[in-house]
Amino acid sequence: MKYSYFPGCTLKTRGKDLDKWGRAAAQKLGFELEELPEWQCCGAVYPQATDEIATRLSSVRALMAARDLGQDLVTLCSACHHVIRRVNGDMRRNADIAGRVANYLQPEVPYAGETRVAHYLEVLRDDVGFETIKASVEAPLKGLKIGAYYGCMLLRPSMEMEMDDPENPSVMEDLIAALGAQPVYYAMRNECCGGYVALENADYAYRQSQKVLDNAWNAGAEVLITACPLCMYNLTRVKDHPVQVKYFTELLAQALGIQEVSA
Amino acid sequence: MNPWLDEINRISGVNPRKCMKCGKCSGSCPAYDEMEYHPHQFVSMVESGRVEELMQSKGIYTCLSCFACVERCPRQVEPARLIEAVRATFLRQQHNDRMRPEDVPPRLEEDLPQQAITAAFRKYRK
Repeated sequence: MKYSYFPGCTLKTRGKDLDKWGRAAAQKLGFELEELPEWQCCGAVYPQATDEIATRLSSVRALMAARDLGQDLVTLCSACHHVIRRVNGDMRRNADIAGRVANYLQPEVPYAGETRVAHYLEVLRDDVGFETIKASVEAPLKGLKIGAYYGCMLLRPSMEMEMDDPENPSVMEDLIAALGAQPVYYAMRNECCGGYVALENADYAYRQSQKVLDNAWNAGAEVLITACPLCMYNLTRVKDHPVQVKYFTELLAQALGIQEVSA
Repeated sequence: MNPWLDEINRISGVNPRKCMKCGKCSGSCPAYDEMEYHPHQFVSMVESGRVEELMQSKGIYTCLSCFACVERCPRQVEPARLIEAVRATFLRQQHNDRMRPEDVPPRLEEDLPQQAITAAFRKYRK
């Protein structure tokens, strides 16, 4: 199976590890991430203002490019996924937005949100299947207690993201179990890390992330996994915390027996 | 008379008059302590036309846009959308950008992901 892949700005720079282990694991599991030939930054934040068109265009361009290739559009970064999925929903459900986007882009083939947007985790769950992943594990993460950190952007608003139960998600825990580790449930797994305020108000983001880490530690987690470079940054800014933070792709690749790959 | 309400309604796509004051938004909000007007109050103030006070409040920059209130609002008032609309209405006025490009380099830390900068530009500028 071949997917169109939208890496996003950060996976080419600070978030290279999320990308490289994700690509390597995909290869091992038998699916291919074909990077879109020309993609533009998604903007990192979904434009909630209903009258903003320009900030939606890069997502629509990526969605149309995947449609033209006849492929689903896969992302690894939570933020890219959030933005592109919601803009796709706008193109499907909001005639005003769709009409004004079409007026600007003047596409040869009209676009009405028909591309399937899938997060890598959904590909693992829905297309590959956790049973297959379990059978492919060469180095089970036995005994490791891992907390899934969903944060906000993967799950909410669930009416638009349609990924998992927003209050009691399971996709990452099921992955953790498939890799042979023990999932740890903790209350703040779907709470915000502080997100974008890190740039303007670093202390505030720090406090948010510290609460998440403390909560996970108290529930018994040794490691947290995330799909978001901004969560990774905020959580790892909390210095000397006993909980380690890893990209989920790194642990996936490790369990699949992948030793080293170049970025 | 509320001169802002039509504009806020238009930008946000939600109607604060549907609020039934259950308080779930504030009960869910991780930024509650960082706001002088908590989400349920914010909705009420938009409804009663106190939008200029909200424009001057720090809460429009401390909302994390985590969508907990959007998810849990039983009336689809979706406070985060109202906060975004008030912020946008303010930032779209001339001279009101919250952050300029030249403000960014001094704030950069070694590992700061690009998405944080991109996000800041969407949140703090026209």
